Amino acid sequence: MFVQLFISGIAFGSLYALIALAMVIIYKTSEVPNFGQGEMAMLSTFVAYALLENYGYSFTISFTGSLLFAALLGIFLEFVFLRRAKEPNVLSLMLITLGFQMILYGLASWKWGADQRNLAFPVSDFDTIQVGSAVLSYLNIATILITLILMFILFLFFKYTKVGIAMKATQQNAVAAKINGIRTNRILSITWAMSSVIGAVAGILLAPIATLDPNLMMDPLIKGFASAVLGGMTTLVGAAFGGYMLGIIENLFGGYVSLEFKSVVAFGIIVLVLCFKPSGLFAKHYVRKV
Amino acid sequence: MELTTLLEIKNIETFYVLIYALRGVSLTIDEGTITAILGNNGAGKSTILKTVMGLLDDQPDKGTIEFMGKRIDGKDTEDIVKMGISYVPEGREVFEELTVRENLLMGAYRRHDRLGIKDDFRKIYNLFSVLENREGQLAGTLSGGEQQMLAIGRALMNRPKLLFLDEPSLGLSPILVKQIFGIIKAINKEGVTMLLVEQNARMALSISDLGLILENGRFVMKGKSKDLMLDKDVQEFYMGMKSEASAKGYQRWKRKKRWR
Repeated sequence: MFVQLFISGIAFGSLYALIALAMVIIYKTSEVPNFGQGEMAMLSTFVAYALLENYGYSFTISFTGSLLFAALLGIFLEFVFLRRAKEPNVLSLMLITLGFQMILYGLASWKWGADQRNLAFPVSDFDTIQVGSAVLSYLNIATILITLILMFILFLFFKYTKVGIAMKATQQNAVAAKINGIRTNRILSITWAMSSVIGAVAGILLAPIATLDPNLMMDPLIKGFASAVLGGMTTLVGAAFGGYMLGIIENLFGGYVSLEFKSVVAFGIIVLVLCFKPSGLFAKHYVRKV
Repeated sequence: MELTTLLEIKNIETFYVLIYALRGVSLTIDEGTITAILGNNGAGKSTILKTVMGLLDDQPDKGTIEFMGKRIDGKDTEDIVKMGISYVPEGREVFEELTVRENLLMGAYRRHDRLGIKDDFRKIYNLFSVLENREGQLAGTLSGGEQQMLAIGRALMNRPKLLFLDEPSLGLSPILVKQIFGIIKAINKEGVTMLLVEQNARMALSISDLGLILENGRFVMKGKSKDLMLDKDVQEFYMGMKSEASAKGYQRWKRKKRWR
């Protein structure tokens, strides 16, 4: 049973890790936890649904379209709302992201209603394979693999591409980035696009196991945020590990202690981390800009 | 020899919200020279550099700035950098969590000539051999002097025509200061024009061609660096040399007053 809980915990953890990554990428650049992240992903998932069901496109086209929509949505929100904030502080930025959340939630409710829908997915959730003493569905495996691939791509992006390094540079010191000729506004757009796409991937992977309605990402967003806090809001690696850890801990808690209180674990972890290591488990010790 | 004008600042005025920081500053920089701006804390030295770089929103309030005959006031910092002005900010401002190599690479962000960039890496490693040894190290782990070298190196990666240096001697030991100024002079010999802002007047005047003294947002004195070094006021107020002892232990009458 332990192995089973552990492995399906990793599958859930993958989703949390993706959301945590999406949040951390934005947090590091715009210095705000984006509470609209979940709804951005939810809306993108709905776009995939609409392309798939209403317009009858193939999976490839629908999902690509959805990710493209996610990228544009991210760029749009940052450009139209966040960038307009004059001399922003964290609080006002946070309120803006909460505003996104409500606008997007309202938009989805208006367009698609509160019906619970089912997003078809090319990989089945019911066909399973036996791994040792544990049973995994194909979807679980796909989730784990896609997450790993995405993380690897991110790793390569931040390590080897000029834009990736410039993004890190902008996160560390925006003024210094500017005086090296880096267009920090463009970097911001790219950041939001990337983050939104990662969130959308999480949404699309989650929708087949959950039901697709405007509440799709409510719970996962909080879990993703908890993961990011657990790992450290300033480190991508930490956020990813935080996601996996939360997934596993939560599943083990659900299996051995109480299924009803499973969701509380995330909050418990936020509280514990904030009490004992507020910077997160994996945060580095550099002091950022003064 | 006829010198061509690289940068021409005409009567700029800069505000920090309500603080009137630059009160009509004009400055002409000729190609190939080193110009030094001296002045006390808060005189507005760094503000001149920041204004020219376009780092202050909606500033200069008045006046024009021309670089190689083109207006650059009101332009984005990123575009000004691309035109060939590099800026080494006060306090280095290296990217602490990037490696030395990545820092230098960022300096060449707006260039696309692979071979030229490779060439410049070579040049900068020749100039600052420490940096080559620490290529893979995070910049935040470097010492202050090494970070200063990195900041200068990073600025050079842009192949600037004009280089702004804001207090390169800040927080460095006298030996390091000497070394850095030696390198600055060497870079200038290779054809990079410089504008230097310094507290260390003696050092700055010893390598520069032209010196200006800024006080309360205005230039109060301008001259060849050689002449400024011999000037009584400059010696007294910026180099700490005292010419006459007074009975009270301090001077009651300040000759400097006539400057205002």
